[in-house]
Amino acid sequence: MIKIAKATVLNLHINGEYREVLVKPSDTLLYTLRNLLGLTGAKPGCENGDCGACTVLIDNRPIKSCLILTVETIGKRILTIEGLKDVPIQKSFVENWGFQCGYCTSGFLMVCHSLAQIHPNANDHTIEEWLQSNLCRCTGYEEIENAIKSILTGTVRT
Amino acid sequence: MIPFNFEYYKPKTIEEAVDLFNSLKSAGKKPVYYGGGTEIISMARVHNVHMDAVIDIKGIPECNVHEVKDGELIIGSGVTLTEIAELNFFPLLSLTIKRIADHTVQGKITLGGNLMGPIIYKEASLPLMASNSKVIIAGRNGKRKVLVRDIYDKEKGLNPCEMIVQIVVEDKFLNLPYAHVKRTKNEKIDYPLITIVGLKDEKKISFAFSGICEYPFRSPKMEDVLNNNSISVNKRIKKAITNIPGKILNDLNGSSEYRKFMLHTMLKEALLDFQEVE
Ligand SMILES: Cc1cc2nc3c(=O)[nH]c(=O)nc-3n(C[C@H](O)[C@H](O)[C@H](O)COP(=O)(O)OP(=O)(O)OC[C@H]3O[C@@H](n4cnc5c(N)ncnc54)[C@H](O)[C@@H]3O)c2cc1C
Ligand code: FES
Ligand code: FES
Repeated sequence: MIKIAKATVLNLHINGEYREVLVKPSDTLLYTLRNLLGLTGAKPGCENGDCGACTVLIDNRPIKSCLILTVETIGKRILTIEGLKDVPIQKSFVENWGFQCGYCTSGFLMVCHSLAQIHPNANDHTIEEWLQSNLCRCTGYEEIENAIKSILTGTVRT
Repeated sequence: MIPFNFEYYKPKTIEEAVDLFNSLKSAGKKPVYYGGGTEIISMARVHNVHMDAVIDIKGIPECNVHEVKDGELIIGSGVTLTEIAELNFFPLLSLTIKRIADHTVQGKITLGGNLMGPIIYKEASLPLMASNSKVIIAGRNGKRKVLVRDIYDKEKGLNPCEMIVQIVVEDKFLNLPYAHVKRTKNEKIDYPLITIVGLKDEKKISFAFSGICEYPFRSPKMEDVLNNNSISVNKRIKKAITNIPGKILNDLNGSSEYRKFMLHTMLKEALLDFQEVE
């Protein structure tokens, strides 16, 4: 049985490397990433599971980091926006005007990246289903949809 | 950020989990079983819930089972909504689940957590009630099996020390014709104003409802009327609405009158799906 009763040093697998960090059992992953590890790419928005600005990937699947305890990620692979280096969706967001203020962007990029990995041939229905998890208050969403579609159909220039 | 601390435990067996719950309680602490944690974390953040320890059930093999075996679909209480929708053994359950929260959150919410959370809607319970499914519960005195609808019954439901281990659906229900109708106040992704599911076998259509009363329910009286082919569909629906088994919700999402009006339209839609309406 895993027992973590007080602040404990954990060895977490983040962005391809192990990082040691002292966490309390009640720390959310969003708190640990931003306040203890200096990884501020995952954004706090609602902290209630509604906006998706805090989305990261755990074992390649999107998870809202405000709704997971850091201790739950022991033995799992965490990928944050800081670990996403030159993947097609980033270039595609630039080319398709997929962001304005940028607050929601890291969350959208993580969802889109995961979707492209898991469903490279996703249809409109699947794209809508996945992207509805995130909110953007600046764009009209069409730009973001164009960005993901252009990488799914392989038209992004490299 | 959660403004208080608690202990985290991840047991490997049911016995370990139940014994731990009881020993923490005997030591004067308040433990809670922890599934996906979405409800626990969001409520703890705003001090709506307080606990001294969480017991994460996701390390228990029985809680992660998801298979059809010996004529039954068995789903562990720690299985996520996403996994249920992807494996799709029970299409009505998958469809219902795909309208709970959003796709990313579905990857964290567990079936046990949706059934036991304090939010009144518990939409995943609807297909399970309509199919007379059962829940395996573990507690200090071993295991017991009750109908899903009985977990909301004061007498037969879970006592605080008990946990849900698995949900069992007979395979004869898995591929029956079905209807699912959900209405929200504004947005597509939201708690329901009302959700209805229906499942049709050779004898009748079974219905289950969420968003009408303070708990999800199935009503034999409403079902009898709705299945009475000797009267017109409109009359059936009107009579069914007079048989709602509890107080109709009357809140900011919708007045009770509006809910009754919507229920009429939605029941007609459901019956249309079963070709009961010309
Ligand atoms: C953004 C968002 C949108 C939502 N939208 C909807 C919706 O549209 N419809 C709907 O029905 N619900 C909705 N919900 C509610 C959601 O289904 C609940 O949050 C659900 O309770 C969470 O499941 P969980 O696995 O995260 O539970 P947890 O947070 O782990 O637990 C919830 C409760 O259940 C208890 N519990 C958990 N597992 C067990 C078990 N195995 N045995 C005994 N007790 C257990 C816990 O002690 C706790 O009291 C939404 C939630 C969020 C965050
Ligand atoms: S901050 Fe996590 S979903 Fe909004
Ligand atoms: S770009 Fe501003 S919120 Fe999306």
